[in-house]
Amino acid sequence: MTILAIVLLVLGGWLVFMFNGLVKLRNQVANAFRQIDVQLKRRHDLIPNLVESVKGEMKFEKETLERVIQARAAAVSAGQGGNTGDILAKEGMLTQALGRLIALSENYPNLKANESVKVLMEELTHTENQIGFSRQFYNDVVTKFNTDQQVFPTNIFASLLGFSPSQLWELPADSPERQNPKVNLTV
Amino acid sequence: MNIYEQQASNRRMTAFLMAVFLAFFLVIGLGFDYFYLNFAPGGAQALAMTSDGYYAAGPAGAGSPVPFGTIIALLIGLGLTANSFFNGPRMVLRSTLARRAVSGVDKERQFINVVTEMATAAGLPAPAAYIIPDADLNAFATGTSPANSVIAVTEGLLATLNREELQGVVAHEMGHIRNFDIRLMTVSAALMGAIALLSDFAGRSMRYGGRSSSYGGSRSSSGSSRRGGGAAALLLFVVWIVLVVLAPLISRMLAMAISRQREFLADATGAELTRNPKALISALEKIRQAVMPTNAINNGVAHMCIADPRGSLIEEKLGFTADLLATHPPMQKRILALKAMAYQSEHPQPDFN
Repeated sequence: MTILAIVLLVLGGWLVFMFNGLVKLRNQVANAFRQIDVQLKRRHDLIPNLVESVKGEMKFEKETLERVIQARAAAVSAGQGGNTGDILAKEGMLTQALGRLIALSENYPNLKANESVKVLMEELTHTENQIGFSRQFYNDVVTKFNTDQQVFPTNIFASLLGFSPSQLWELPADSPERQNPKVNLTV
Repeated sequence: MNIYEQQASNRRMTAFLMAVFLAFFLVIGLGFDYFYLNFAPGGAQALAMTSDGYYAAGPAGAGSPVPFGTIIALLIGLGLTANSFFNGPRMVLRSTLARRAVSGVDKERQFINVVTEMATAAGLPAPAAYIIPDADLNAFATGTSPANSVIAVTEGLLATLNREELQGVVAHEMGHIRNFDIRLMTVSAALMGAIALLSDFAGRSMRYGGRSSSYGGSRSSSGSSRRGGGAAALLLFVVWIVLVVLAPLISRMLAMAISRQREFLADATGAELTRNPKALISALEKIRQAVMPTNAINNGVAHMCIADPRGSLIEEKLGFTADLLATHPPMQKRILALKAMAYQSEHPQPDFN
């Protein structure tokens, strides 16, 4: 009788402990996801300024600039739509268009010497890094959350308690981000 | 050791260090009472004094009934410990003349941005970014918790490293912050400073007050040996003096041992945050080539830095002396460990399934 009570108590204690731990991780996952959103929004706000300040010098790269503007508009509307797969694809296009713009801007010494462009380029690099690192952190947290659910014996109870594995932030197989940006260096 | 065990171990070590520090004050205070104020529990001292005088029934005038020295030393010790915990980061920053990075300068804005990026990667609030006015290459982190932390780099480091290398260095410091190394290191830096000061004070008071102490000692040994023998008292005195003299050295060696273990872990955390061990390798190579001492950083803060600011070549040596006296593991070993990480990430082990 006593033994049974102790066993039940220990089991109950473990359940509470496990449940609380998983809830904490689930909230961390949600928060980490929002952090990516914040950074993506930041990038959207930054691009009009960037395009405006390089437009004069890079008028020969009209196509590249337009591609950036279009990609941004598509990413913004995808963000409002809220479909994760769509967001992933559109943000990937934007990353690629921006990468091409940055690489091409290296060809323009006047641009590199321009103080405000330099500031904007640093901001852009910063934002791109922020996006990358917030994704990395999100994936780390999700991996931990999923692992904690899948190990024995938690895996027996996790789904009963209403936990489900979260999705990792990964690029779709056909994402343009997977391709290296092609840069034509012949001037 | 995983990160949670590491954090727990750092918390334990911080408490341990504070306890040792308090014990040290207790010993100094007790010794002071015993040897200078002639305080002895049980009033044995009073009897010894009256054996060759007239005032046999007089009060224990020679021995103080209250251990003033012990009480004062303990109070000072408690005060200093609390101070090291709450004001430690500010003291460390002030001692290096560090100032806040401003976003108006290109390089410093980049530094602030890099700090923010690494905070994002670690999932922690962004630390404050500080600049140390020195041409040498060095960096350190301080604070009491991740929410209240500072990363400081020298001007030389900002000027020499490129963005990726700077990211590696900041990631290393972020590792110290995430592992709670900063609290331990800051507290030990502040306490070490206090011990050095105190030991200096005790040594000086010994020089000036030494005569009365030796006088009392000779008298007790020549008189009736009620005190338990002059030899034992002398031995105690010698032990006490040795403790007082060696305290700064011992405390420094303790801090070094603490710091050495943690550098490897911070390197590994840095590589984990950036997923780019190569940047940290090339940053460490550059820091290693600049062997001039970092003048703005004094010895008390040496164990907090990414590389030994004294510019001594002891960091390059291997073996017992280096193990005892160096604040950091040899640069060679650290670079090698990072290279192994870089190799593994480029050549993943094949799955044997």
